Amino acid sequence: MGTTNGWILARGRKIADERLWQASFAIFRKDWKSELRTRYAISALVMFVISTISIILFSLGSEGASLSALSGMLWVAIFFAAMSGLSRTFVAEEERGTSMTLQLIATPTAVLFGKLLFNLVLVICLNVFVVLLYSAFISEFVVKTYSIFIVTVALGSIGFATAATIIAAIIARANTKGTLYPVLAFPILLPLLLTVINGTRLATEGAFFEEALGEFNLLVSYIVAVVTASYILFDYIWRD
Amino acid sequence: MTLLISGPNGSGKSTLVKMISGVLTPTEGEVKATSDGNDAGPMLHAIIGLVSPHLQMYEEFSARENLQFALSVRGLNALHSGIQPLLEELQLKGRIDDPVRTFSSGMKQRVKYAFALNHQPPILILDEPMANLDSNGIELVKHIMVEQRTAGILIVATNDITDVDGYDQRVDLGKRP
Repeated sequence: MGTTNGWILARGRKIADERLWQASFAIFRKDWKSELRTRYAISALVMFVISTISIILFSLGSEGASLSALSGMLWVAIFFAAMSGLSRTFVAEEERGTSMTLQLIATPTAVLFGKLLFNLVLVICLNVFVVLLYSAFISEFVVKTYSIFIVTVALGSIGFATAATIIAAIIARANTKGTLYPVLAFPILLPLLLTVINGTRLATEGAFFEEALGEFNLLVSYIVAVVTASYILFDYIWRD
Repeated sequence: MTLLISGPNGSGKSTLVKMISGVLTPTEGEVKATSDGNDAGPMLHAIIGLVSPHLQMYEEFSARENLQFALSVRGLNALHSGIQPLLEELQLKGRIDDPVRTFSSGMKQRVKYAFALNHQPPILILDEPMANLDSNGIELVKHIMVEQRTAGILIVATNDITDVDGYDQRVDLGKRP
């Protein structure tokens, strides 16, 4: 198929190269607007968080738990809540049959970053909600070094969002989406989970900021590795 | 220019259309799009308009929102002012801001035409162009075809060649060796 209209190429190249972030933001805005109308992910996340924290609260009763255990339980609540909601971004496109529409109008890179941005905002909202609820109801959970805790939660959120996005893209085409997501996510998220649990424990023990630098380096490395792998692999995952 | 892709059900018309549109990767061979000898493949999404039974709109959004979304993703916000006249031309006046899920199948087909045309694509691909349309809709599509074949490239995939009033080239998938 050949044409002699040079402007076609010039127009297409301009759009492809210069408008990546505009396209990504448009996809993010569409997903957010759709989520506010349908409430699929938000409802699932909120119900899961409330259920998990209630179970932890009833299980502990009047008995105390170690700071390590409390730090672990915080991230268990975040992990399972995230698993229930973060796959929606790609699964919903498959279920509605709109994947082809997105493939037609957007470059794979724009789709990846748009979906990543949506999951990132969702995870940050989720983590803020979980931390507030957890701190309010689990009285033994007291953060002593806020700087470590904030950096751990921030980097943990970015790590969760990046890994959850590419896993969601992989499982969206499978027949058993619901069960496959946590199964595939667990081994990929395990290094991240172990590191954020350790960082949270340091924050509750009152460690100095410098003592948590090793954890932060690990988290940054994890995020860079997952984003790079996602960027390289997404084109193959997204195209039929 | 008009290219007609014809053939009976199951002959692979829609598959070929998806490959030309860049949404399906061929297992063998390749699709090449060139402009003045340069590869135009990576920006196909910006220069192609497609109407297909396999293409779905976002049903929780209105027709206007679907079109605004597509223009924003393609980086063509300057064309937003053309959405209202285009939807009115496609006889959707009065329903432009209603969710697409409330539309009949014929109205959804008209929204798909608006979605395919709102970025003024040099290449328009129609897969089963008359599906779900009443006589008014069919006349409208015939008018769109005439305009497109003078302004750019028109590719039509159909098992009823009377859908198209003349063509320059024909690929008949029913006559494969």
